[in-house]
This record gives sequence, C-alpha cells and structure tokens, in this order.
Amino acid sequence: MITKRIIPCLDVKDGRVVKGVNFQKLGDVASPVELAKYYSENGADELVFYDITASAEGRALFTDILTETARTVFIPLTVGGGINTTDDFDRVLKCGADKVSVNSGAIRDPSLVGKAAKLYGDQCVVLSVDVKRVDGVFRIFAKGGRENTGMEAIEWVRRCVGEGAGEVVVNSMDTDGVKQGFDLELLEKVCDVVKVPVIASGGAGCIEDFITLFKALPGVDAGLAASIFHFGEVAINDLKREMQRNGIPVRI
Amino acid sequence: MIAIIDYGVGNLFSLRSSFAAIGQDAVVTSDIEEIRRADRLILPGVGAFQDAAEKLRASGMDKAVKEETAKGKPLMGVCLGMQMLFERSYEYGEHEGLGLLRGEIRSIAERIPEGLKIPQMGWNALRIVKDSPLLKYTREGEYVYFVHSYSAVNCEESLLAVTEYGADLTACVGCGNVFGCQFHPEKSGEVGLRILKAFCEIGGNA
Repeated sequence: MITKRIIPCLDVKDGRVVKGVNFQKLGDVASPVELAKYYSENGADELVFYDITASAEGRALFTDILTETARTVFIPLTVGGGINTTDDFDRVLKCGADKVSVNSGAIRDPSLVGKAAKLYGDQCVVLSVDVKRVDGVFRIFAKGGRENTGMEAIEWVRRCVGEGAGEVVVNSMDTDGVKQGFDLELLEKVCDVVKVPVIASGGAGCIEDFITLFKALPGVDAGLAASIFHFGEVAINDLKREMQRNGIPVRI
Repeated sequence: MIAIIDYGVGNLFSLRSSFAAIGQDAVVTSDIEEIRRADRLILPGVGAFQDAAEKLRASGMDKAVKEETAKGKPLMGVCLGMQMLFERSYEYGEHEGLGLLRGEIRSIAERIPEGLKIPQMGWNALRIVKDSPLLKYTREGEYVYFVHSYSAVNCEESLLAVTEYGADLTACVGCGNVFGCQFHPEKSGEVGLRILKAFCEIGGNA
C-alpha cells in the first residue's frame, strides 16, 4: 500500500538554513546539506528546500548547495522559492531537484504551470499556495503571504492542476505558526476538487496533529512541517511509529 | 564502467550520483562508442513513451543497446526506461518498444479501483515474486519510490517483484541480462542503492 509521506521543509538563505536548527544529537546545524542528510537517515520521505534568498550571489550559493545535497541524499527533493520562469526550472533541475514548486511565479504568469508541465512532465511541477480566510472566503496570497491577490483559493488550485500541476502543497496562513493542528476545512475543500497528491502544510504542533490529519482526510498524501522537526519537538521516526500504531500506512 | 544512456529525456544527475555513492564509475553519455565500451548499461527515462521511444530511435542508440544486450551486456531500465524494454505501450495510442522483454505497457487506471490517485506517487513496498541477482540485497516489504501512471502487464516471464496499489503492479523485472525497475532506485534511499549495487555485481560477457 502506498504510504503517507512526512516532509521536512528547509528554508535556505544565503546558503544557510534560516534560524539554524538545534538537535540534541547534532547541536547547531546551519548547513542544509548536513541537515538534509540527517533527515534522510532519520525517516524523512522527501525534502523541500525553499530558497528565500533575494540576491544573485545567494542564488548561486543555493544551487551549489542543491548540487551537493543531490550528490549525497537519495530521496526525492523538491525545490521552491524564486521560481518565475521555465529557466528557473531548468536551473534547479540541472542541480538535482526532482520537483519544482511554484507559488508567486504562477500568480504572476498563469501560463508558467502549463509551460513547465509540457517541458518537464506534470510529476515535476508542484503548485504551492498560501491561503487565508478573508471575510469567510479562502483567498490566495502572494509574495510569501504579504499580498492578498483576491483570487478564490479552491478555484485557483483547480485551475493550476488542470494546467498540469502534478501535486499541490496547501499552506494555511490561518493555522501556520499556531501549532494547533492542520487546517482540515481548507484541506478537505482542496481534496474534493483535485485528483493529484495533496500535501498539508501549516499548523502541526505535535504528533497527534498528523494522526488527526491523516485519519480525518484520507485524500491527503503527505504532511509538511519545518520548525517542529528542526527544533526536535517532533522526531520523524517517533511520528511514523505512532502513525503505524494508528493504522496509517507509513514507511519505517 | 557504467553508461547511463542520455537521449534527451529526464534528469540523470541523481542516477550518476547514486552510482558514485556506491563507488561505481558511471558516465552519462550519448556516444555510441562509449555505450559499446561500457560494462553495463542504464536506460533511464521520464515523460511520455512515444516521445522517448522516438528520441532513442532518432539517436541510433536503440540499435546499439539491442546489439550490446544481445552480446550479454547487463542492461537496466529505470521508470520509463524500464517500460521501453517491452514490446509495446498503449500510452496515447500504440507505440513500439525495444522488445527485449515480453509484455506491454498499459495505464494503471485500467487495473486499479477508482478513487486511487494517478500517478501513483510515493513510497510503496516490494513483494518479491521471483529470486533474482538484482534483488539479492533486497528484503520482502522494503519501500521504494514510485512515480508512474502506466505499468507493465502480461510480463509473467520476467516478473521479479510487484507493489500493491489497489492491484498488484509490476515493480521489478528481469530476464537473462535485461532488468528493469518501475520505481526510482536513485530516489529510494539505501534500499535503492542496494539494488543498484546488486546490478553492478551481475556478470556480463564473462
């Protein structure tokens, strides 16, 4: 049976993991390569690297790091951040990324998803969305959540999947950082309209939040989180054992 | 030396890196002479069958692959590369494959219950149906990473392992010196590296 995936997300700026990471076993880790290795050896099913660099120098550093990671880590690697053109796809795919995640780039140029899917295949194109409730309606936010596009979220996801996005990362800005669980209402609405894999993001605070997610919504394929993994609040191996105990298919 | 055949489809960085990680020398090449000199061959591939088969034929490398394989050189197809080893595919029409293995490629939609997502994307377990040198380091139930919408059918002769996704889908095949993995060994962590290692230990002409 196909297993539910657990995906740590690493924000990378100027070649370093943002805020750093503190593991009891490892101490402070700021090298994305080392952290990626650690996660892949400790139960992560996939990794997401998110490039939040603004400068060209930082971007070059990022691709170096990507190359180095892909040389040593042999699980799927998704790369996002600053993907605005098919040239950007090309740049990160050549460095060893398996999938490329687009967010604001697709909002700026709605033909990007379709163009990239034709060039690299649907399985390579991940649509990532930042969603927030505004007056009771789910809206798409751009530029790292700073700008309300006014677009209705479910329709936007449906449209991009129709154009060829092979997977959707749904990040709820309402639950993100609150650590009170995933946004089940939003995720259910997305699962209802797409047939491609759906990755839940935003809100995980403890192991129980993942159990609740996968039990409530069988249509969700993966859970993504950052800080609870980075700061050792949840160890991926513990999480997966608990999922298994709850009858959720998982790779151990 | 291992030749990873580059005919213009897919990302070969990870395949080459994974061979490096197990101490094997692999080159990504579209040079027919290099293919002839190599000890073993990898036929990769992602995307659409027809496009890939046409590109391989246009490059002339299909002929080299067939001839070298006929001499006993070990060959492994990965993902779409594995599908191309078979006689034909019914992905958007009917297209001829290399015909190195008996069987054909059909959409998994014809075989799995409605409601399951297509492609199958993610980690799924292997159930071994036949002993093979390719799986000598692989244990029953180990997980590998799949991304596919089509799979090989009517291939009992070469079937080595299946994976359960609403139905038993072909995961691994091998017959003589020709092998294939529907999943991505180069993305399947340590389990995948062990399969690549086993492939590297399969004898060639000798």
